[in-house]
Formats: sequence, structure tokens, C-alpha cells
Amino acid sequence: MSNSSQQPLISAHGLGFGYPGKSVGRGIDIEVHAGEIVCLLGPNGSGKTTLFKTLLGLIPMQAGQVKIAGTPLDAMSRQGMARAMAYVPQAHAAHFPYRVIDMVVMGRTAHLGLFAAPSELDRTKARDALALLGIGDLAEQPYTRISGGQRQMALIARALAQEAHLIVMDEPTASLDFGNQVKVLSQVRQLAARGLGIILSTHAPDQAFATASRVLLLHDAGLIADGAPADVLTAEKLRMVYGVDVAIETIAGGHRVCVPEYAD
Amino acid sequence: MVEGRATTNDEKTVGRLTAPVAAWRSDAAFMTIAWLALALLALVLAAITIGKYPLSAGDIAGAIWRAITGTGSASQIDTVLFSIRLPRVLAAVLVGAALAAAGAAYQGLFRNPLVSPDILGVSTGAGLGAVLGIFLSLPVAGIQMLAFAGGLVTVGLVYLIGSMVTNREPVLVLVLAGVVVGSLAGAAISLLKILADPYDQLPAIVFWLLGSLASVRGAEVWSAAPLVLLGLVPLVLLRWRINVLSLGDEEARALGVEAGRLRLVVVAAATLMTASVVAVAGVIGWIGLVIPHLARMLVGPDFNRLLPVALLMGGAYMLLIDTLARTLAAIEIPLGVLTAIIGAPFFLWLLARGEDGWS
Repeated sequence: MSNSSQQPLISAHGLGFGYPGKSVGRGIDIEVHAGEIVCLLGPNGSGKTTLFKTLLGLIPMQAGQVKIAGTPLDAMSRQGMARAMAYVPQAHAAHFPYRVIDMVVMGRTAHLGLFAAPSELDRTKARDALALLGIGDLAEQPYTRISGGQRQMALIARALAQEAHLIVMDEPTASLDFGNQVKVLSQVRQLAARGLGIILSTHAPDQAFATASRVLLLHDAGLIADGAPADVLTAEKLRMVYGVDVAIETIAGGHRVCVPEYAD
Repeated sequence: MVEGRATTNDEKTVGRLTAPVAAWRSDAAFMTIAWLALALLALVLAAITIGKYPLSAGDIAGAIWRAITGTGSASQIDTVLFSIRLPRVLAAVLVGAALAAAGAAYQGLFRNPLVSPDILGVSTGAGLGAVLGIFLSLPVAGIQMLAFAGGLVTVGLVYLIGSMVTNREPVLVLVLAGVVVGSLAGAAISLLKILADPYDQLPAIVFWLLGSLASVRGAEVWSAAPLVLLGLVPLVLLRWRINVLSLGDEEARALGVEAGRLRLVVVAAATLMTASVVAVAGVIGWIGLVIPHLARMLVGPDFNRLLPVALLMGGAYMLLIDTLARTLAAIEIPLGVLTAIIGAPFFLWLLARGEDGWS
């Protein structure tokens, strides 16, 4: 890519990941640069979430090395990691009815002292993040009372309030209706245009065609492809990974779409 | 880079100094806290006057005047006020506040609004310690120390078991270990009950397990209050991080919080508070479960505001219950009985109402 000469926001080399006693993936090489959207595709159970959690330092890595802006992950404090990268989990139900603004201002935690609570400045940053995503009017609503799409937006706002350069999104469009999927991905594109690096997982090749600078394919415990969407998302690779026949078509305007062939 | 660091330090200082006050004043929570404090004060004054030996405001003023100036001969009023009534009223407030605060912390920690401070077995463990003390015919102070130690040891054991199981969700393991160790302690209590002298020790055991402040004097208040404060300090200091922890371990860690270490501190603090008041008052249920609910309905789940409201409401509720316990009937009604009789229907009403604020 054009900015590959810069230091990557995150780089993994020979990464092995999994759970104690169980290896899920091996030999993973990943780089994400500022302004890039990297899409990770792979079938259910291939370990996309586990890989992300390993990159985020939430699960110990089994082999290899991860560097955050040049610093080895295992040399960083929890706070240091949270300042460098933000995690957007799949939109979830909260256990307590925090207001949306409270939920978003929790993104400021990594910038607070151990005994501090968020200041007005932190709340302003949280409000700015909500406004940027177009959900400023939800600030006082309980997080438990808003829709799934709005929750996903609120979690993205929290990641923005965290002011990290890298955002890791675990299936940000899962369980969202069609309109919300488009809205969330539009926001993702705008965030990358503002210079953030984004790595997200998705199940929809079309979403990767629409947003990705690069696409990673996770299959059989390793990355089998890393490159431009048009090079990675081919009919034969998708057949290999997902076990279904697809046709990749170019439609008017030059967009590529993936059309599955349904068995009779 | 240098500039960025300076800003961050600035923010830290600002956050530490102004945030709690700013957060309270920004909405109705500050007024709620002020009203609750006033209500608690009024309740304390009323509770001091009420009792088998009623004290008028004049009696109380006179006794306080004599205590301050050291003049006048000590009367029966002074004895009732300073040796019996006042310690008991203060103990009730202390016990209620501690149980409610510990309950609020535990509920956030276990991400479950149906959790009470007993979840890790602190009350059962303290019960076992006290029952053992009564069985061994120890003096009151010995029984209280054994109860306190029993509560701490039980939770320590639960935590140890929890940290040895590494490949499962840590919170779930803690809860299950709490259930197991708690039922073991419960079995030991039952065994001691059978072995105890049925005319002397058994009634004492039963009464202790139902909770009472009847025998509380100044010494108990002075021994429990510092321990409760010691437990409260970390909860106040870490109030914001406790919010973040209630999102779950993984999210909290991704937001920059050392979840495991924080949980250990919060468990230790809440357990210390609970064990020190249970040692004095016996096992008193419901307060640690119901009061945090009510507090959350009033000011929302933000621990910053939840903690002071839970403290005040817990103190007021326990004082109300204890005043009823010593005035309703000719004999003392065990506190555990009253909190359940009042608490259970109230809790059902809350459930039926399904009001937001707690789930």
C-alpha cells in the first residue's frame, strides 16, 4: 500500500494463537497501517475472534510476536495497550442500564489515573464521539433501551473516545439490519479516511469488496491469503474456504459483488 | 509526545479533584444524596429518643452537655444514652451502610443485580466462626473475632479455589466455589448445632444466626467502624474502575483496566466490610441485596453515585429495622426475621414492577 513505508500500527509475525492446550492458528503475519481497513474473513470457528483477542493482548499468544507501533505487546501495560488500540466487541446487552454517555466515557478509562473518575473534558470527548457518529441525541438514553444498531454505534463511539490509532472490530455488522450494516460500514470508511487503522472481521465478501484496503483469509489454522480484495476474494478461494460455489461479478460502476450459487 | 503526556497528567489531576462533585451536581443525584443524608440524620435523632426508656430532646441535650462539660452527676439517662442507645443506633447505621455498599460492589463485580454480599460465603463463614465460638463457650469478644476470621478465611478459600481453575470464566468459577464452600460451612454449622448444649448454646446459636444488635455496646462499634472504613476507602477510590469492570473482564481489560487485580481488591474490600459487621451483628440478609437495587433505581448504575446512595439508604433501612426490632414487641425480634418479612414482599413488588434501573 502507499503508506507501507510508515511503521505499522500493529504487526504480528509468526503468531500462534489459541487457548490453553489447544492451538487454533499458527504462523500468522498481519500488518495494519494508518488509514487502512483490513477485513478478516473466515468460516465459523476458524478463530477470527480468538485471533483478535490475541492481537489485543486479551489472550496470551502461543508463538511469534506482536508489536504495537514498534513496541512488543508483552512489554506493554494494560493501559498502554488500551491507549494504542480500541476493541469494538459485537453489540451486546449490558447488565446494568448505564446511560449511553456513561458507556462511551468508559473509553476514556485508559487516559485516567487509577483513582480518577472522568472529568468534564472526558465527557466532552465522549459527546464529540457520539456526535461524530450521528447519535448525539442518544447520550442520555439507557444503553439497555437502544437498538442493536445504535449499540454498535455507541461501542464505536467508545472506541473513538479511547483515542487509539487502531480499532479492532469483531463482526461489527453481525446481527444488524441491512440499513444499519451500511451505516456502520460507512462510518468505518470515514474513520479510516481520518487516518485510523481498522481491522474488522466479517462474513460478507461484499462488505470486504466495499470497504477493505486489504483482505485476509483465515482457513485451516492459517492465513491463506493477504492482499487486495479483488486478488483474495476469488471464486476458487471462497469455494475452498466456505465450501460453496460463488460467482464474482462486476456490476455497473465497477463494484464487485459475490453471488452464491444455491443448490437445488 | 511530551505535550501529549503533559495533557494526560493534567487530565488526571482535574479528574481526581473535580469529577465526583461535578458528576453529582450535574444532575439530581447530588440532591438525592443530600436528602438521604438529612433523612438519615432525622432517623438517627428519632431512634435515640425511642425505646423502653424514652428519652426526650431535653434529656439528650442535658446528657450531652454533662458529657462535654464534665459537670453534674451522671444519671440513668446518661447510661441509657451513651452506653446502650447511642452505640446501638450507630451500630445499626454502620451495619446497614456496610452491607449495602458491599452488596453494590459485589453486584457490579459479578455483573448480576441479584447478587448479595453472601455470594462468596462471607456470612456463612462468619456464622461458622461464631457458632464455633459459642460451642467452645468463648467470651463475646472471642466469638466476634472467630466470626470475623471465619468470614475472611471462607472468602479467601473461595478465591484461592477460583484462581486455581484457570481455563474457565473466572467469575463463574468464583460463584460456584462460593456455593460449594458455603454449603460445606453450612454443613459444619448444622453439625455444631446438633453437638451443642440444647438449653444454653443452641438458643444462642440460633439467635446469632438470625442477627441482633441487642448486645452491642461502644466497644463493638469502635472495633467494627475502622475495619468498615478500611474496606470503604478502596471502593471510593476505585469507583470509576468498578463501573468498567461491570462490563466484564475482557471488555474491562480492553479498556485498560487490570481486571483480575481490581476484582481481588474489590472482593477483599467488600468482604472486609461485610465480615466486620456480621461479626458484630450476626447474619442479616436482604439489605445487601435490596438496598443496592433501590439505590440504582434512584441514581442509576454509576458506582460514583450508587455508592454514597447505597451507604445512606442501607444505614437508614437497618436503623429503621433495628428500631422496630427493639420496640415492636416485649422481646427482641431477630433482625434477620424482620428484614426478610419486610424485604421479601418489597422485593417481589420490585420484580413485578419491572422498573428499569437494575437490569
